[in-house]
Order: sequence, then structure tokens, then C-alpha cells
Amino acid sequence: MDITFSVNGERVHLDVEPRHTLADALREECGLTGTHLGCEHGVCGACTVLVDGQPARACLMFAVQADGATVTTVEGLAGEDGELHPLQEAFVAHHGLQCGFCTPGMLISALHLLETDPEPDRETIRTEMSGNICRCTGYSGIVDAVEAAAGVLREPGPAS
Amino acid sequence: MKCAPFDYVRAASVDEAVTTLSQADGDGKILAGGQSLVPVLALRMARPSVLVDVNRIPGLAGVTPEGDAVRVGALTRHSALVEQTHHPLLADAARWIGHTAIRARGTAGGSIAHADPSAELPVVAVGTGATVTVAGPGGTRQLAAEDLFVGALMTDLAEDEMLTEVRFPLPTRWGFAEFARRHGDFALVMAVAAEVEGTVRVALGGIGAVPVRAEAAERVLAGGGSLREAAAAAAEQLTPTADLHGSAEFRRAIAAEMIRRALTRAGLS
Ligand SMILES: Cc1cc2nc3c(=O)[nH]c(=O)nc-3n(C[C@H](O)[C@H](O)[C@H](O)COP(=O)(O)OP(=O)(O)OC[C@H]3O[C@@H](n4cnc5c(N)ncnc54)[C@H](O)[C@@H]3O)c2cc1C
Ligand code: FES
Ligand code: FES
Repeated sequence: MDITFSVNGERVHLDVEPRHTLADALREECGLTGTHLGCEHGVCGACTVLVDGQPARACLMFAVQADGATVTTVEGLAGEDGELHPLQEAFVAHHGLQCGFCTPGMLISALHLLETDPEPDRETIRTEMSGNICRCTGYSGIVDAVEAAAGVLREPGPAS
Repeated sequence: MKCAPFDYVRAASVDEAVTTLSQADGDGKILAGGQSLVPVLALRMARPSVLVDVNRIPGLAGVTPEGDAVRVGALTRHSALVEQTHHPLLADAARWIGHTAIRARGTAGGSIAHADPSAELPVVAVGTGATVTVAGPGGTRQLAAEDLFVGALMTDLAEDEMLTEVRFPLPTRWGFAEFARRHGDFALVMAVAAEVEGTVRVALGGIGAVPVRAEAAERVLAGGGSLREAAAAAAEQLTPTADLHGSAEFRRAIAAEMIRRALTRAGLS
């Protein structure tokens, strides 16, 4: 089936098999391997992307369903020049990752959280990030990072 | 794992969805939010030959107040149920469903049609005495939520029928309580208390294959008994299933406590 959608601001045309998930299409057709596949049945959160601004498990959506949609993956976070997003900076600074497998999903979930609630308390961060599993960090560093990034993003900085 | 191959049909109307299901002759499935169906397909616990995507059928999403009830379209996402203010009990319950990314896509119709014994919305449906509207090849029919759930993951819906709307009566007082191991997990036990047309209804989820009314508790309350007496009477009546998440005894104790909390939150003390 022919589909067209936008990924990180770029228009993509693909011919996909209906059974291919959005995660498969992103990784295999678009070469965007930042979206990780852990469980492939909705529980781990590693594949979380934004579809029309809403978080979605890319393993629970078929690529054909994204026809006409706007998708944001972890590759869409950094600037054109490769400058890291404040969330990515904060994950580095606060040990928000070790092996990095869960990180793309964590970053996208955190991005959506901070877009809807710019000043979340630690409890809110924990609750909102509960759909993303990390086997390495013990989560404290992740909560620290999201909290720190929220602070940075709230600062009135030079318009980018 | 990956799903087995299937034909994909993007239905433009309820009629088209139902016709496609009829033609699939029992081998078709509706695809709504996909938050329960796609895991089932990925694990190859089912391999339907046709998936009918209903996500782009217009007019099936939304919460509309109507007299003493609200009408919830089948495609209303869990996140929209959390945000709406017309039916606070529904909002309270929907907050407990999974995680943000699950609530952003999962639908009310999908949750009710899937009929997971530990899902929130079926218990709210039974607790408030909701009615569902179902479209089939021969037209539409309505049935009470209590008659819809026939077993774990089993409903009265025929293979070529589609649930289009749920009408939830608006309780005058209500309370919702749930016990789950971690936030976002399916419930171990949950209770809904709802005063509808002057009668207090109590429903439980996670106790058996389908949501159950705690009739003993309802009788105690109708007779002027206390909250504790009602909870105790309900627990005595229950024969919960035991599994690795909890023994029958544990579930009975938690059920009594969840009933007490739901009734307390409803202000029925
Ligand atoms: C990690 C995770 C955690 C979750 N936690 C919870 C939880 O705590 N509580 C909870 O209640 N749920 C939970 N869910 C499930 C979620 O709520 C689903 O959204 C819901 O069960 C099914 O809705 P859906 O729209 O995604 O339906 P789908 O997955 O698209 O469909 C489910 C089934 O219903 C059928 N169906 C769908 N719509 C209709 C319709 N209109 N008419 C007839 N049949 C239809 C489909 O054919 C399929 O058989 C969780 C899911 C995941 C992945
Ligand atoms: S890979 Fe999608 S949730 Fe685990
Ligand atoms: S950093 Fe390894 S899984 Fe989270």
C-alpha cells in the first residue's frame, strides 16, 4: 500500500505491507533506527514516537495507519547542526542513560510531558514516565534529567 | 514477533465496516486503537485475514451529555475521557488505564469490546448500568452492558457487529477505587460505586471473568446498613479466582477494602 507521511519535517512516500508496523517502516524503510524495538507488544515503551503530537507505541500502529500523519522520532530532537536538545543534554549530565536502549522512548515521552506540563513535580514525572521501562539506571537519573530539562526549557532564552 | 499477513481495509463508514466484516465470514477483526489487538496479533494468538480500520470513520468520537446520561462514541480515546468533565466517574476511572501513550490511542469502544476482566471501562459500564449500541448487517440494536459481557475477553457481539456508542447514566454520587501493583498495570481489583436514580449500585472488576455487581453490598446499603457492613457482606459473597498475582483470600480482602473506599469517595458513609 502506498502511504505518505512526514517524519521529523521531511515528507516520505513508502509502499508498505499492511502488517508492517510504524516502527518497522521507520527503522527499515526510513533508516531511522533511533526508534528501538524492545518487546514489540506495547509494554516497554522503547518504540514511543509522537504521531500528530501525541505519544504512540510505534510497535502497536501499522505504518498504513500513519498515512497523512506527522511523526516525530528521537532523530527529530537535535538541531540541524547536531546541537543536542536540552532534554538530551540533561540525560547526559544526570546519568539518565547507561546502555541507551530505552533512551529514545524516554526522550519522546519526556518531550510530550514537558509540552503538556512545563513544571512537573517528581511524582508527576514518575507517573507520566511509568510506561517506559529501563533495565539499567534505576530511574533516579532519568527523573533528575527530566526535572533539570524542565528548568532549562522554562528559562526565557534567546529565541531559536 | 511480527503479525501474520492480513488484508487492510480502511472503512469510511460504519456500514462499510460491517459489510466488510460480513464478507470476511468470521475471519475479520475491527482495528480501533490497536492497544489490545496488535499485541494479540504480534504474539500470533490470533491471525485474522482482514483488519477493518475504523479510526477514520467520522462522527464516532466524542462525549455528549444527554439528559441524565452521556453518550460516548466508540472511537473516543481514553485520554479524551480523562479530559472531559461531563462524567467525572468516567474521567476518574480512565486515568487508571495504562500509560499516557496507551491512553492517547486506546478507545472506549475497543476497551468494552475487548472485555478484559481487569479493564476499567467495563466495570464503570456495569456499575452505572450503561447501554451499548451495536451496528450489524441487519441494522442496530441496543443491549445492557450487563448482558454484553459473557466471559473473559468474550462478549455477545457477533463477528460482523460493531459497537458504535456507549450510553453511561450520570450518577448523582460516585466513587472509584482500584488496587494495582504498579501505576499503569491492569487492576488486581477495582470497585465502582454509583448512585443512579436513587439506587446505589456497586460493581467489581478483577474478581472473575466479567465485571460483577456486589449485590449483597447493594442490599445492605438499601436496608440502611453501614459502609463496613456492606463491604463485609460483599466479600463474604465473593468467590474470586486465584492466580499468581494474588490468592482468592487476598483478593477478597482487597475487594472489601476497595468497596469501602469507593463508597466513602461517593460520600455514602
Ligand atoms: C502496556 C499496556 C497497558 C494497558 N493497561 C490497561 C489498563 O490498565 N486498563 C485497561 O482497561 N486497558 C489497558 N490496556 C488496553 C487498552 O486500554 C486498550 O486500548 C483497550 O483494551 C482496547 O482498545 P483499543 O481501542 O486499543 O482496541 P483494539 O486493540 O483496536 O481492539 C481490541 C478488540 O476489540 C475489538 N474492537 C475494537 N473496537 C471495536 C468496536 N467498536 N466494535 C467491536 N469490536 C471492536 C477488536 O476487533 C479487538 O478484538 C493496556 C494496553 C497496553 C498495551
Ligand atoms: S517495542 Fe513497542 S512498547 Fe516495547
Ligand atoms: S539505559 Fe539501559 S535500558 Fe535504560
